[in-house]
Amino acid sequence: MAATLKDATAIVGIGQTDFAKRLPQSEKELACRAILAALADAGIDPGEVDAFASYTMEETDEVEVAKAIGAGDVTFFSKIGYGGGGSCATVGHLASAVATGQATVGVAWRSRKRGSGPRPWKNTAVQLPTPGQWTRPFGLLRPADEIGMLARRYMHEYGATRDHLFNVAMACRNRANANPAAMMYERPLTREMYMTSRMISDPLCLFDNCLETDGALACVIVSAERARDCRQKPVYVHSVAQGLPAQHHGMVNYWNDDPLSGPAWTAARHLWKQADFGPQDVDVAQIYDAFTPLIPLSLEGYGFCGRGEGAAFTEGGALEMGGRLPINTGGGGLSEAYVHGFNLINEGVKQLRGVSTAQVPDAATCLVTAGEGVPTSAILLRS
Amino acid sequence: MTTASEAAAEAAAELLLPVPDEDGAPFWEYAAQGELRVQACAACGRLRFPPRPCCPHCRSFDSEWRRMSGRGRIWSYVRPHPPLLPAYAAQAPYNVILVELADAPHIRLAGNLVTSADAPLDSVDPARLRIGARVHAVFTETGGMAVPRWVLEKS
Ligand SMILES: [Zn+2]
Repeated sequence: MAATLKDATAIVGIGQTDFAKRLPQSEKELACRAILAALADAGIDPGEVDAFASYTMEETDEVEVAKAIGAGDVTFFSKIGYGGGGSCATVGHLASAVATGQATVGVAWRSRKRGSGPRPWKNTAVQLPTPGQWTRPFGLLRPADEIGMLARRYMHEYGATRDHLFNVAMACRNRANANPAAMMYERPLTREMYMTSRMISDPLCLFDNCLETDGALACVIVSAERARDCRQKPVYVHSVAQGLPAQHHGMVNYWNDDPLSGPAWTAARHLWKQADFGPQDVDVAQIYDAFTPLIPLSLEGYGFCGRGEGAAFTEGGALEMGGRLPINTGGGGLSEAYVHGFNLINEGVKQLRGVSTAQVPDAATCLVTAGEGVPTSAILLRS
Repeated sequence: MTTASEAAAEAAAELLLPVPDEDGAPFWEYAAQGELRVQACAACGRLRFPPRPCCPHCRSFDSEWRRMSGRGRIWSYVRPHPPLLPAYAAQAPYNVILVELADAPHIRLAGNLVTSADAPLDSVDPARLRIGARVHAVFTETGGMAVPRWVLEKS
């Protein structure tokens, strides 16, 4: 049992496009721009790329992207399922491929025009998928409705309140206010705004929901050995995990014994087992935040606190700069951009390079997570 | 000129219908007979939901559909507000509840709490929505299908 991914690979390049409600470029062009930016950041020629990983929901495929950027022969490609649950697994799959010699230069990316497109629940003609037979006819139509159901139960069981959810929204917004690339740069949030905003799916209000964003991001992964010769300080992939719990049902995880312990718990067990450090040693975290309640649920799942303690954890500025666990330091999906969580990966890299717009002093370890509530993934990064 | 009730009926007619898959079809066939039934393993007897081809406990492919009492409790609920599909927006904010069945608490069915089987989705006063409240199933006919809904037990 010698094989391990621990620190065998590193992220050496990151790239992103503008984030906006509406961008003129196509998803394909945005993807290519982000990937080329990430390769330029790493100082690696696009012709050297021989591995790709993205999400099954990514509409630009590796054949088109490889041609457009002028990649060489590609020997590894992979797509990860379940929407935002796939983000960290793209890095994980490339780390595995590079560490086992299947490829040498891997690129992961996500390109999305969610800000521009029509929303399915505004469209009468849309055909909803078959598993919806148990939920859709009753008007459980959107992810916010599905997660709102879990949020209400969580609040009931553990005394969590809207103020706890506000703590999460506020932490993300405060970080975005310092990040010129964020959609919510210089757009402060107040408790008054939060408490009086319109409901989307009660108990979730407008500010409990992620942004709608056009934009793309990418990162570059090479072996730890190669990383030492790259332009940027290497950020090592210390541990990676995916998580699909027994009897899990994506989004509407209502039919197992414990719907409130989601895929985070499964991913976390493997992630920490492979790591040289534990939750108490994490300097900064980028936690998937499509909806505010995912943060307390994830804090519990990844072991930062006990079951039912996630809401209380957010009190006293714990998630803010200088707090116990600063999170989503670029603003996250709630306030920087919602690009299915890929911005959380790149923000983790910025923290460990020491160049975040909300830099945690001397940050050397970072947890990045993917979508909770769906089959998920996570990575531990270290400098 | 359409009356308010005709407009409501029109909106109701446009609610999404269940699109049964092969595993789920019997649920809807029994519903059409006014019966709430859940798939059970014919070998080890354990109930499972959503329906699927084989038993996750004993891996038997033999299943049967067991009739439930139709009683349950509200496990959680949400109140969706627009933007929503038009038929739903017309009745919003409405409720969606998750009911844990009295006969099998780990089986939780999504549905709507209404004042009577054919009442609109927003017919119950939101103040009456409460986790733990006792409910029972009723069926409404829509688009040629019978869809379960839930009414509060008399307290
Ligand atoms: Zn069985």
